Amino acid sequence: MSEKATIPFQGTPEQEAELKKVIEAHRDQPGGLMPTLQGAQGIYGYLPIEVQKMIADGLGVSLSEVFGVATFYSQFSLTPKGEHKVSVCLGTACYVKGSDKVLEAVEQKLGIKAGECTADGKFSIECCRCVGACGLAPVMTIGEEVYGKLTPDQASKIIDSYLTEKGGE
Amino acid sequence: MTFEELTQIREKHSDLIKVRKLIASEAAKMAEKTEYRKQILVCGGTGCTSSGSKKILEALDNELKAQGIENEILVVRTGCFGLCSLGPIVIVYPEGVFYSQVTPEGVVRIVDEHLKNDQICKDLLYKETVHADGSIIPLAETNFYKKQKRIALRNCGVIDPENIEEYIGTRGYEALYKVLDSMTPDEVVKEVLDSGIRGRGGAGFPTGRKWMFTKDAPGDVKYVACNADEGDPGAFMDRSILEGDPHAIIEAMTIASYAVGAHQGYVYVRAEYPVAVHRLQVALQQAREYGLLGKNIFGKGHDFDIEIRLGAGAFVCGEETALLTSIEGNRGEPRPRPPFPAVKGLFGKPTLLNNVETYANIAQIIRKGAAWYSSMGTETSKGTKVFALGGKITNVGLVEIPMGTTLREIIEEIGGGIPGGKKFKAAQTGGPSGGCIPAKYIDTPIDYESLQALGSMMGSGGLIVMDEDNCMVDVSKFYLEFTVDESCGKCNPCRIGTRKLHQLLDKISKGQATMDDLDLIDSLANHMKTSSLCALGQSAPNPVLSTIKQFREEYEAHIKEGRCPAGVCKDLLKYEIIADKCKGCTLCARNCPVGAITGTVRQPHVIDADKCIKCGVCMSNCKFGAVVRK
Repeated sequence: MSEKATIPFQGTPEQEAELKKVIEAHRDQPGGLMPTLQGAQGIYGYLPIEVQKMIADGLGVSLSEVFGVATFYSQFSLTPKGEHKVSVCLGTACYVKGSDKVLEAVEQKLGIKAGECTADGKFSIECCRCVGACGLAPVMTIGEEVYGKLTPDQASKIIDSYLTEKGGE
Repeated sequence: MTFEELTQIREKHSDLIKVRKLIASEAAKMAEKTEYRKQILVCGGTGCTSSGSKKILEALDNELKAQGIENEILVVRTGCFGLCSLGPIVIVYPEGVFYSQVTPEGVVRIVDEHLKNDQICKDLLYKETVHADGSIIPLAETNFYKKQKRIALRNCGVIDPENIEEYIGTRGYEALYKVLDSMTPDEVVKEVLDSGIRGRGGAGFPTGRKWMFTKDAPGDVKYVACNADEGDPGAFMDRSILEGDPHAIIEAMTIASYAVGAHQGYVYVRAEYPVAVHRLQVALQQAREYGLLGKNIFGKGHDFDIEIRLGAGAFVCGEETALLTSIEGNRGEPRPRPPFPAVKGLFGKPTLLNNVETYANIAQIIRKGAAWYSSMGTETSKGTKVFALGGKITNVGLVEIPMGTTLREIIEEIGGGIPGGKKFKAAQTGGPSGGCIPAKYIDTPIDYESLQALGSMMGSGGLIVMDEDNCMVDVSKFYLEFTVDESCGKCNPCRIGTRKLHQLLDKISKGQATMDDLDLIDSLANHMKTSSLCALGQSAPNPVLSTIKQFREEYEAHIKEGRCPAGVCKDLLKYEIIADKCKGCTLCARNCPVGAITGTVRQPHVIDADKCIKCGVCMSNCKFGAVVRK
């Protein structure tokens, strides 16, 4: 977890009410911390320390325990993600078909590295391990969209299409 | 639910399903007995959904209505057919013909010409199923399917996974009835033991013995769990089974719960598999509604229910003790064994934990008997195994074959060989815990022991094919990068060992290593194997050790000559333009991302080696073959 300057926490009362419901649902369930964190990330998009504190208080566990679990699993993020989440698959099937070069092209295009978010909060890049679409290798996803059988060039053009869409707003 | 009710549902659906399984001539007769003239199956697996099968379904729906034949044609959205690279896939019965890479426009033609007017759209069919003389062979007779024996995948691509009645139509839940009605827990365990099935998740421990240990462990509260945390990048059989046949897992876990005396089950599934999670949720709900899960199942006094727990992206959670720790809501770190989960597992209670593919075989073993199952396979490895074929192979997808099938049959016949006329170099099995099998062992019959003897392992069944363009040092480095990332950090041999191994491989890939480093790798790897806490660390050196053993000359070329024979390791590469071949078209210079190429129009261009990032764009763009890699 790198200590990058991040957007300050801006939770709304509605989100907090929703989080309380999630906490309530899992409070007495054996092993309820993981589902609570998953629910919380679904509400806020990430798990800032403020949210972890609320979960610790709500479930009656220590903050260190919450932090320990939140940092162990790669799906949990302590920093916010970009509006467009670009995710390049580095699973074996994609890798042997050159997804490392796809990642490079995307990083170069956006001027950030994997695990980072652009300053305007529009794009973030991450690497993932196999989305299970090995037949389409190499694969990248942007949000829910899946792009397969990519070349570095095509990947770069796809990013372009998101950039111009943004410019047209 | 009573057995009579179950039989009624089965009879209602079994003819429809038989149409999808019989040879074309008999299927046509069977189709006449059903209320649908034709059936059209659309793959709804993750692979095909990614390549657009949702749009296909919409277009299909609209066109059927537009033509007014929506009541004569049954549309079934199935799980994965296995041929993922050809998606989206559509099959029409009773003919059993196979349309590949279907577009929404193609679907409109299939409806108008084939479904309505009985004219098969030959030009849209998968080309392997159309002979030169124009005759069409059904999918079941293609090379891809002919050699397969589908048991775990029996319903994938055949039934609608979100309709419990279709599963019942394939004699689903009959094994569960048989167990609850007429078998003692001991008899169930004996049947599984006698079948000889071994764990399909990786280690290959005899499944029946796990069941026996859990049954015999003292304690009132016991659990049954399913490992669906398929972390091996490149393996997707568990996902496909959950997506294509979730009830098979529910039925098997319920059978297991009766055998070991458990009343609560957990399925631990990767959050990265949203389609699988959704289908499993739907299936659980339906099973409860039909009284096949919950209190007093079939009125036989056995209670059992299943809860889904989502993983959160940690490879180590595929290890059994780490998985159970994660279900308990903690950091998914493994713990020492013994005690094994069968004695002290989830929440400290005896727990039976099997992999998805293992469970997918259970109902068939109970229904058809241990002798039937053990008649397939080799001396020590019974039954079939599902492999996820990936990498440099024509037919990327899922295949299920009897144990003992050779690598050559899988790659050349079922897989359709290596594309682009390239040479087969190695097959990687077992993912980050396995190794590479070189081309000279292509005739090895595959089972647990033979793979281990070659320094690899069965693992969960990922089978990545590599050709002459893949560098073995680079591949080992890739797997080590993975294990460095995924090591949980609890024990030193794994946490520090993987990092050190990675550093050594990095040195080799940069041409900075000496031959002494190979000895260092060997000694470090052996320490990791003997002293790591769990299988992740114990097996992490396997990709390196196996490639050093099988491709030593490639490592030596990196070390002694500073050369990467496959042309992959960037630091050892150099791109140059051959002046005689260069026409000065400027295409390379315009596409170079770092402006490393200079030259005037119609004059030979030059690459500045200091600026070049070796991305290879110039080479792939050059129409005259003037760019070379050295």
